[in-house]
Amino acid sequence: MRYDSLLDSLGRTPLVGLPKLAPSPDVRLWAKLEDRNPTGSVKDRPALRMIEAAEAAGELTPGCTILEPTSGNTGISLAMAARLKGYQLVCVMPENTSEERRQLLRMWGAQIVASPAEGGSNEAVRVAKQMASEHPDWVMLYQYGNPANAAAHYDTTGPELLDDLPEITHFVGGLGTTGTLMGVGRYLRAKVPGVQVVAAEPRYGELVYGLRNIDEGFIPELYDESVLTARFSVGPRDAVKRTRELLDAEGIFAGISTGAVLHAALGVARKVVAAGERADIAFIVADAGWKYLSTGAYEGTLDEAEEKLEGQLWA
Amino acid sequence: MAVEVRIPTILRQHTGGAKTVEGSGDTLSALIDDLESRHSGLRDRLVENGELRRFVNVYLNDEDVRFLDGLKTPLSDGDAVTVLPAVAGGS
Repeated sequence: MRYDSLLDSLGRTPLVGLPKLAPSPDVRLWAKLEDRNPTGSVKDRPALRMIEAAEAAGELTPGCTILEPTSGNTGISLAMAARLKGYQLVCVMPENTSEERRQLLRMWGAQIVASPAEGGSNEAVRVAKQMASEHPDWVMLYQYGNPANAAAHYDTTGPELLDDLPEITHFVGGLGTTGTLMGVGRYLRAKVPGVQVVAAEPRYGELVYGLRNIDEGFIPELYDESVLTARFSVGPRDAVKRTRELLDAEGIFAGISTGAVLHAALGVARKVVAAGERADIAFIVADAGWKYLSTGAYEGTLDEAEEKLEGQLWA
Repeated sequence: MAVEVRIPTILRQHTGGAKTVEGSGDTLSALIDDLESRHSGLRDRLVENGELRRFVNVYLNDEDVRFLDGLKTPLSDGDAVTVLPAVAGGS
């Protein structure tokens, strides 16, 4: 396939079957390989879409500075696009994120402002909002509340899934900004009667939930509970175990958040088998494992991996 | 009937610092009432006007109870309940 530029090559990612992990010929699993995007993650879709929407609205003009709270992938996508389009990028990033993510951001010329590990992405959002109020000329795209985030998935990821898998019964995705699940979920619900939309939410160590009081809790503005049919919390041990299974059984080298998503997908598959029904379960591989090699998730025992991920934002 | 309940740091002032407590009840609502009898103040931090508080997530065996039957979700012996504050996820 030929494209005019890297940005034009976004999307149209492969959907691959997982014959070894599927529990039966009637209950099939499909992985959408979003690591095959320009910077290697699903976030290229919303990042580019948010930039284009801000350009169209006249908010982003050449030379502007973009500000964004990010635990990694969205920042990396924005950094690449900003570089090509002539914007500055400032990322507010929790300090408990992998070194590879930081290096990639620096490579593409982004400036990184570290937010405290305690409180995780919650703190990054708080710090970014504070900085936005101090720099009114900067443009915060704000992926947690920007409708262009979910719209990117409604217009591209969702239709691609349905084109490749018209018989889809379940969609499973990771829950962070909620953009993927809201966009794909709304699209599929409009097209496929009875489709199940399942969220896999990473459960981090206690440090990340270290709020001073419960009213500092955060629910992304994009989140609409009615789009989902189930929501599972997945801890690091299950996520790492499934990440390794995906590599061992199917050869797919995915990031740790994909392990969490696969864990939820396999739970769904088990229930379908028990009910004696058929299913075609598609899930998102948000990125590959390269950016997480230094976390220790890919070697040693599960106990060791779990210990090393304690307190880290692994998804 | 025993159910293990994991309590987040922010609510441990009500459990004497304990990370996990045991309780019993046929439903989540009954469990919370049972916990309240030993851990005073906990119920108000979890429930408001008969519903789970907005920034409180409760999982039964890792599934969000809002997608089960909410406070009426039935419980069984040996279930694990996890309480977590809602925080921003990876992005």
